[in-house]
Amino acid sequence: MKGPEAEWREALAEGRLLLQRTADGKAVFPPRVAAPGTGEGGLEWFEASGRGTIYSLTWVQRRPPQEPYNVVLVDLDEGARLMSRVEDVAPDTLEIGQEVEAYIDRSGEEPVLLFRLARGAS
Amino acid sequence: MSDVFPRGRTAIAGLATYGVGEAPGHTSMELTAKAGLMALDDAGLTLADVDALYVCQPADFFAGLSFAEYLGIRPRYTDNNRTGGSAFMSHIASAALALEAGYIDCALIAYGSNQRTSGGKLATKITSNQWDEPYKPLFPLSSYALAAARHMHVFGTTREELASVALAARAWAQTNPEAFAHGSLTMEDCLSARMISTPISKADCCLVTDGAAAIVMTRMDRAKDCAKVPVPVLGSAAAAWWNSVAQAQDLTMTGARESGARAMEMAGVKPSDFDTVQLYDAFTINTILFLEDLGFCAKGEGGPFVASGAIAPGGSLPVNTNGGGLSYCHPGMYGLFAIIEAARQIRGEAANQLADMNLALAHGNGGTLSSQATVVLGSMATV
Repeated sequence: MKGPEAEWREALAEGRLLLQRTADGKAVFPPRVAAPGTGEGGLEWFEASGRGTIYSLTWVQRRPPQEPYNVVLVDLDEGARLMSRVEDVAPDTLEIGQEVEAYIDRSGEEPVLLFRLARGAS
Repeated sequence: MSDVFPRGRTAIAGLATYGVGEAPGHTSMELTAKAGLMALDDAGLTLADVDALYVCQPADFFAGLSFAEYLGIRPRYTDNNRTGGSAFMSHIASAALALEAGYIDCALIAYGSNQRTSGGKLATKITSNQWDEPYKPLFPLSSYALAAARHMHVFGTTREELASVALAARAWAQTNPEAFAHGSLTMEDCLSARMISTPISKADCCLVTDGAAAIVMTRMDRAKDCAKVPVPVLGSAAAAWWNSVAQAQDLTMTGARESGARAMEMAGVKPSDFDTVQLYDAFTINTILFLEDLGFCAKGEGGPFVASGAIAPGGSLPVNTNGGGLSYCHPGMYGLFAIIEAARQIRGEAANQLADMNLALAHGNGGTLSSQATVVLGSMATV
């Protein structure tokens, strides 16, 4: 039997973003063997909507001609927070509080969870 | 649950810094051992008196063993607890408890790094965890940038306010001969400095230097017989709220809130009692966060507080009177240097000595705002 991290990575490779939730409904990420703070087992997997809001962001500068890239913290609508990157966005247009949507980039060796600005959001 | 701590029953009996700035041709262990022996000499003690070692080295995860071997002693206890640059505040807490219990009699707490002359970059083998690493945050810089960006968003903190932390540090450093950065620094210099990870520019970052530091701790009865007036340890507490910033509940509030409150309760003091405050300023945002979280100003008011000149020479709260990690030195793990500056102010031996120093705080930060640890030191009048 695999541990929760391996289960999460398998799901991601299949195109699904999983979170865990505690008995009282609190979302948990990164995946754990027991609920943080209480140590209670019985964490339940569920598929996240992928929708979230930017909690904070930074643009990492690189030597030209390389473009800067962003690193963001995203609050998922279900309650967990994670680090990621928002693709297809210019430095001066990305803001804290913007709504974003997750997608899974499977073009590389390992699948990577990334975000885009939510459709309909500015 | 309230903390139990042997307030004023242990003391810093000796201290030293060595090779601050550049120490070409030296290994980290050589610098560490020199500082350790100088601290013992300062206390009027010898290596034969030491029965416990607390140590960190940039890249040696068995540093306690290596240090014992290098010094040629067989200590009863070694500890290389590694919480980042706050480790030495935690070392003080465990050493105080072990001394009080009689488990050890004399603790040498030491650190040294040759990161500037050996490589010129922060020397660490620590990196982002597997959840953050795919997004390539600069370690540790981008995590502090995320905290700064959030603080700016929530409280309206500005780049000018961040820069005023760097300007205050430089002003202190300019009159400290031991400090590495003495050159002039203006607001314009800070605002036009190369951006690294928004909103943190080069001017918001600590130095990359060499340097070593060491303190000797004993029980108060013994410290009174040492060469120098003891600096009593009144309280010490560490908090562990997260490792990755992605796991912070509120990235504008650090574990300093807990470590500071606990250390001050042990000491029986409050923020307004302090004569000087030494904070681990790896980045300018640190000073603002810690001033707020330790209770020297309200949450969100750190920016205006530092911009008012309060922490600079002549201000109402002398902060980082040696020039701090921003302008004094930063060999990779600055915490022990903050402790030593606090102790020097109490002893009356600081380069920028201030009058009537009876209560000093040294606050350490480790990882990515992860470990927070606070030490309260007093003069003999406080015990």
